[in-house]
Amino acid sequence: MHGLAFDIAHMLAGALVLLSLMMLYQDRLYALINVLALHALVLAMSVAWQAWVHDAPHLYITAGIALVFKAIVIPMALRRMVFQLRIHREIERVVGSGLTMLAAIALVALSLEVMLPVTEGVDPVSREDIALALSVVLIGLLMMVTRHNAVSQVAGFMSLENGIVLAATGAQGMPLVVEISVAFSVLIAFIVIGIFLFRIRERFDTVDVEALDKFRGERR
Amino acid sequence: MIQALAAQGTQMFLVLLLAPLLTGYVRRLKARLQRRRGPSVLQPYRDLLRLLRKEVVLPETSSWLFRAAPYAIFSTTWVAAALVPTFATELLFSWSGDLIAIIALLGTARFMQALAALDVGTSFGGIGSSREVMIASLAEPALTMLVFTIALIAGTTQLSEMAAALLSPTLGLRVSLALALIGFVIVAIAENARIPVDNPATHLELTMVHEAMVLEYSGRYLALIEFAAALKLLMYASLIACIFCPWGIATAGSGLAKYGIGMAAWAVKILAAGTALAVFETVIAKMRVFRVPDFLGIALMLGLLGTLLLFVSRSL
Amino acid sequence: MTALVVVACIAALLLLALAAALGARASRATPLVYGSTAVICLVAFSAALLGDDGALMLPVGLPWLGAHVRVDRLAAVFLALIDLGGAGASLYAIGYGRHEHAPHRVLPFFPAFIAGMNLVVIADDAYTFLFAWELMSLASWALVMADHRSPDSRRAGIVYLIMATFSALTLLLALGLLAATHGSYAFADMRAGELPPWRAGLVLTLALIGAGSKAGLMPLHAWLPLAHPAAPSHVSALMSGVMTKVAIYAFIRIVFDLLGPANSTWWWAVPVLTTGGTAAVLGVLHALMEHDLKRLLAYSTIENVGIVFIGLGLALAFRANAMPGAAALALTAALFHAFNHMLFKSVLFFGAGSVLVATGERNIERLGGLIRVMPVSAGCVLTACMAASALPPLNGFASEWLTFQTILVSPALPQWGLRLLVPTVGTLLALAAALAAACFVRAYGIAWLGRPRSACVDGAHEADRFSLAAMAGFAALCVLAGLFPGVVIDALSPAVQMVVGGRLQPQLGLPWLSIVPIADRSSSYNALAIFVFVFCATGMGWAALHRLGSKAVRSARLWDCGYPDLGPVTEYTAASYSQPIRRVFGPLVFRSSESVVMPPPGDMSPARISKRMHDLAWEALYQPVCDAVLALAVFFDRFQFLTIRRYLSFVFLALVGLLLALTLWQ
Repeated sequence: MHGLAFDIAHMLAGALVLLSLMMLYQDRLYALINVLALHALVLAMSVAWQAWVHDAPHLYITAGIALVFKAIVIPMALRRMVFQLRIHREIERVVGSGLTMLAAIALVALSLEVMLPVTEGVDPVSREDIALALSVVLIGLLMMVTRHNAVSQVAGFMSLENGIVLAATGAQGMPLVVEISVAFSVLIAFIVIGIFLFRIRERFDTVDVEALDKFRGERR
Repeated sequence: MIQALAAQGTQMFLVLLLAPLLTGYVRRLKARLQRRRGPSVLQPYRDLLRLLRKEVVLPETSSWLFRAAPYAIFSTTWVAAALVPTFATELLFSWSGDLIAIIALLGTARFMQALAALDVGTSFGGIGSSREVMIASLAEPALTMLVFTIALIAGTTQLSEMAAALLSPTLGLRVSLALALIGFVIVAIAENARIPVDNPATHLELTMVHEAMVLEYSGRYLALIEFAAALKLLMYASLIACIFCPWGIATAGSGLAKYGIGMAAWAVKILAAGTALAVFETVIAKMRVFRVPDFLGIALMLGLLGTLLLFVSRSL
Repeated sequence: MTALVVVACIAALLLLALAAALGARASRATPLVYGSTAVICLVAFSAALLGDDGALMLPVGLPWLGAHVRVDRLAAVFLALIDLGGAGASLYAIGYGRHEHAPHRVLPFFPAFIAGMNLVVIADDAYTFLFAWELMSLASWALVMADHRSPDSRRAGIVYLIMATFSALTLLLALGLLAATHGSYAFADMRAGELPPWRAGLVLTLALIGAGSKAGLMPLHAWLPLAHPAAPSHVSALMSGVMTKVAIYAFIRIVFDLLGPANSTWWWAVPVLTTGGTAAVLGVLHALMEHDLKRLLAYSTIENVGIVFIGLGLALAFRANAMPGAAALALTAALFHAFNHMLFKSVLFFGAGSVLVATGERNIERLGGLIRVMPVSAGCVLTACMAASALPPLNGFASEWLTFQTILVSPALPQWGLRLLVPTVGTLLALAAALAAACFVRAYGIAWLGRPRSACVDGAHEADRFSLAAMAGFAALCVLAGLFPGVVIDALSPAVQMVVGGRLQPQLGLPWLSIVPIADRSSSYNALAIFVFVFCATGMGWAALHRLGSKAVRSARLWDCGYPDLGPVTEYTAASYSQPIRRVFGPLVFRSSESVVMPPPGDMSPARISKRMHDLAWEALYQPVCDAVLALAVFFDRFQFLTIRRYLSFVFLALVGLLLALTLWQ
């Protein structure tokens, strides 16, 4: 298993983590969406590579779904949405990007520390994918927590979902039905969030979610 | 032994000879990219000679340190450049300093430069000096982390051994190495005072860093400092070439033909690095000074991530 | 034999202290006392360097215990360090002491202080150890209070006294826990004891707190930047350069020696590494913000202690995993750095003392241009600054290089937590080294270079010859230890062998005097070769310039980009020098904020910039304790003004309560 197959899987998974980190410091929405598309593309490649290595053709379908939906359809829709919301020129002030990055690195370390000991004895490619997938999930969560802009939060959510898919392929893939339903639920979630975004925008004239806090009276 | 000595001597004078050429090449290419004619690639040599022949204008308020610093800056940079394998790994004195020592040697040069800037007691010297130490204090941790990553892959911090280890076919694909390369380039840009961290061509007072420090120098002292800057650029280019693409470099015990190949390969690598630098500097704008920490933070992050990923792939 | 000589030296020092107390006001007292102290220190230094191991039992102290003293290899290393530092400080003080306002407040305590430090190192039972520890603390406290009229000194004195008591208390508890197994206070019995893990961990924690607060580890450092600068400069050099090393000795003795390898576990390295790394970075950041020359140096001491503790933490990690070679490398790096810090910090404090004598000023914002009036001191201090900034080919770099080499071995550790922690600490170490360079460029550039910023520099003059001899001697040692690190490493190796059971290969036998910590293949460093190359390159550059170039030199006014010169007021200040770094790290470390007040257009009043910074350690840790103590005092204050009847009623109630408790108990 060691050798080229492992090295390529390692490189793809590493690139996925790197892209997650890159998302954290993007302060322009279009750039963020581009990185998100790249993220999904690398995910698709990673899944396809797994399919090739493990000779598991159903994973090609997962890769295809990732490629079509997450790398092409959703980013395009997001760009359209950003344009329609007229926030494509807005620069989001990323607060304390340095600290957030360090926190993200710490999260990667944490997930390795947690996952590697418990997956002892599993084949190395899957083991590594699971460990790195957890860090992608955690960084996605971190992004949702630290950002104010709702579109960035959606991007965080999408990258989180990518992490889950990576983990699932690491575990030799979910059943196809589950796979498809997950993909569709994400799509539906995306649509719901999209509608939701327009509603926020209508009401508060901004997509900064802090406006919601104010409305609920949580922050004075 | 004789061969190693010859290689060491050749390299020592080769870097001295070629350093202004790289600077001239980058300037020329940048000019062409901006659709200017630009000076000849030999212009830096002419500049150095002209400076050499000019009289020195010493500020009244300067002390002996101001006069001694250019020599210290030049000689430490030269020694550091002479210790980085360029066309052959078998250098007689390569054991006298590993990568960490070479980087620290450049730190000595920077220390003297920053002190000399303060010596005359002007406000511009102070601005340059204080920004320089700020940038250095951010670049150094990032560099350490990157060195750690590379040393983990190669199992050594000795540059000649490192090149040999990275040449070996058992290495395979390493994402950490790619991350380290990006980080290294970022640090090299910051250390060499290139765009987007500093602009080597600017004389707009408030944006200068390196130029502000050498503002009071003239004549042969300025020549030494400019020469040292050119040497440093060549050194970083050779360092990146030696670590990340050691292909073609002559290893221990190879014949004369191999040395010739090594020399040609080095020339190609340096030209490629110069081209990349010129293109990068043309397409990017200078950052505000307080954006630099973010820029260097990326290098630090890449180093940390590279180490982490390496641990993962090692432990499986 | 060595033990006997050292005990004799300690006795001589104590007698000298007594004699000084009686005859301090005599006219020749100052050179006599300092001269004899220097001689005694040199005797003890050579005894430690050349002597052998040995133990003695003195018929003083507790009747059933006596006083055990023992010189082993570890003690010998620290004896050499203490006495070399002591000799240098005494030599410096022969000249510097003449400017002392109240010599009778310094002279008796100075030899006693050195005696106390020597005694700590050779003590071989807990009682002698703590007695010597207290002697050291009290003597240094008296020296801090030498200038008791200044309110700063008084405040420093009280904070120092409290913290010293606190550290002695924790060490007492640690030694008590160790003694509990066998019920014996002799170190030999403690070594044999096997402790349950939780108790061993508690001993480690207490030792880290006790020794760490004496050494100045963050966040227990609060006394250090107050007390070290308040003392006379030669005493500051001793406190910073030597006393912190005694604290490090105490930590090594308790955690490495008395607890023994059988009791150690890998997680011990975690608190040591994290506090070390934090202290290294925060110490130097504080130093960068400081304007007082001596306080700046005191904060830099915190940084260097942090670096030493990083080495000790690494040694703990490797020892717990039975990797004696790597542990030896880590411990060698730590001890080497402790030695180097003694050398360069002494020179720096001597230099600060000379500046103080020459100008009467400690604030670097009012200095400048001293390099022209004090050229020899300037050269020595520059050497020390370069050593403190870890620049090759000086000694500070040699020891930090060894620490980095140790960090590069860390991936061999089996524990994931340590494997991830150690590179992070390595990053902190690199950050600290780079910031130290920034700090010393700032300190040296503002105080010694440039143009004088105030009139106090006008009357300045070069230091006297004793002070210069001390500075030049130690600066030369900095260079020598940097060029021949193999000599020091080999001298340290018996102590390292004793403590961690491994050693580096003998370095002096290696060709070309290189140092090779692990293997030829992995890394080597040769400061001598680099120095020779730099020297030759300078020579060649110089020769070429003078052969080819113009020799014409013209002196002219400053150019400064063509701006008209407005005089020294437009020079860069220390505050503006550190502004970029404050802006990068300040919000996190100091919660700093800046505000600019611009007058409206047409208004001729000056614009103002003001900065606010917080000392978070003080506000989070010390202030609550101070507040609590004050609140308690206010509460008890009420009981001071009661009627007799009320006091009687208290006594009565207490009596009845006790009786009640007694009955209930039965």
